Amino acid sequence: MADRLAIDRIRCDGHGLCAELLSEVISLDDWGYPIIKAGAIPSRLAEHAQRAVEACPVLALRLRAADPAIPHK
Amino acid sequence: MIGVDSPISEVANGGLLSGPSLDAGAESPSAHRHRIGALPSTSAAELIALMEASGLQGRGGAGFPVGRKWRSVADHASGARAVVLVNGAEGEPLSLKDRSLMASRPNLVIDGALLAARAVGADEIIFYVGAAHRAAEAALRHALADRSADVRGGARLIQAPPGYVSGEESAAVHFVETGDARPTATPPRPFERGVHGRPTLVQNVESLAVAALIARYGDAWYHGMGVGMSSGLGLLTVSGAVNRPGVQELALGSTVAAASMAAGGVRGGAHAVLLGGYFGTWAGLEEARDLRLDQPSLRARGFALGCGVVHVLGGRTCGVEASARIMSYLASQSTRQCGPCVFGLSAIAQATGRLASRSAQPGDLERIRRWSGQISGRGACRHPDGAVGMLSSALRVFGEDFAAHQQGRCVRALSMAQVA
Repeated sequence: MADRLAIDRIRCDGHGLCAELLSEVISLDDWGYPIIKAGAIPSRLAEHAQRAVEACPVLALRLRAADPAIPHK
Repeated sequence: MIGVDSPISEVANGGLLSGPSLDAGAESPSAHRHRIGALPSTSAAELIALMEASGLQGRGGAGFPVGRKWRSVADHASGARAVVLVNGAEGEPLSLKDRSLMASRPNLVIDGALLAARAVGADEIIFYVGAAHRAAEAALRHALADRSADVRGGARLIQAPPGYVSGEESAAVHFVETGDARPTATPPRPFERGVHGRPTLVQNVESLAVAALIARYGDAWYHGMGVGMSSGLGLLTVSGAVNRPGVQELALGSTVAAASMAAGGVRGGAHAVLLGGYFGTWAGLEEARDLRLDQPSLRARGFALGCGVVHVLGGRTCGVEASARIMSYLASQSTRQCGPCVFGLSAIAQATGRLASRSAQPGDLERIRRWSGQISGRGACRHPDGAVGMLSSALRVFGEDFAAHQQGRCVRALSMAQVA
């Protein structure tokens, strides 16, 4: 099943590595905080998404099973 | 069904404010019991079914169905004991209804809390009351002392610290646990893991008081209270350019016009209405008049009932200025945990403030439009969502005013000058 990215917004400090590693899905706002495109991660990007999760210096980024009932954060 | 024009307090088996007037102080436990009868002995399962059948929606702002919430907590609590956190923080600057209800009908709030505790299987009730709401706190303390046989040592009262976000449910749980009233990352939500790590029902005081009436009079009574397709009754705080600002109890489905009539009518020149509080939405006065005040009707039209605020903007006040003041307050109330809220709201508030004071920098209007569209869903709590939701509605309703302010002019000041 496809995953989606979830950010712990309290932990996130806006380092921005995730947007560098997964620019197809993650952009940064004017203050350097990630904006994630809605929806599940396409399978061709799964590996890059995993790398972005591992690169986050404050462990704020996670992959979790896509659940359409939970609003995207 | 009752008519729009008949106040609920004059109906048999009336609403929250039937009985002595709001100014008469706290109703005593004996007067309360004499007026509406003893606490019903309805079982937990029946209480939950009753709340579900009533369609009662939460009155703290989010409008979540009460029966569903009670069932979720009860399901998670199976085996363990749950906790009920009675939310009387009421940090919304335009709302007075929760503190008025606690101060005048403390026993109805306690009834609702006791019934909720029975329904979800809780042995602990925490009354979380805004520190500034002195009369409410005194009334609740007094009533709790009088009803020690009912609460059996399982209740305590905690002062909620000042601040707009203190009443957010994860913030309330966090404060009770650690003394820090900042929201926490979710999941887990309080109904899964809250106070003491136990399933916790966080419920607004008005929701609980209505639940106590539904438990006595039945779901059919509640349905019968509405106007038209709506069911139920609710407390509103009507303020701004009306002749008698204050708390009103109305049948849900009443129009904004009926709510302002109940508050003595709109004063001349008023031009817009803020519905739902600082997290709410602006509507032009003309489009607002016929809007029906209940959660589903308002949502269908892109508005929200929120915590029941109806604030009428007077003719002398420019919508850009009013919105800038609210944005500035909401930015100041960020608990400074999440970047988009800390930096985004502050930047939006500053740009909106420049527009309001007619000292806009080139592109300010375009920037607040863009930023407002980027912020929703990007905080641990919904504080940033509420703030940009209000601003987006302001950009729609006061579109011409914002455009003029970007050019350094105020349409409203000009029109006021022409009248004068």
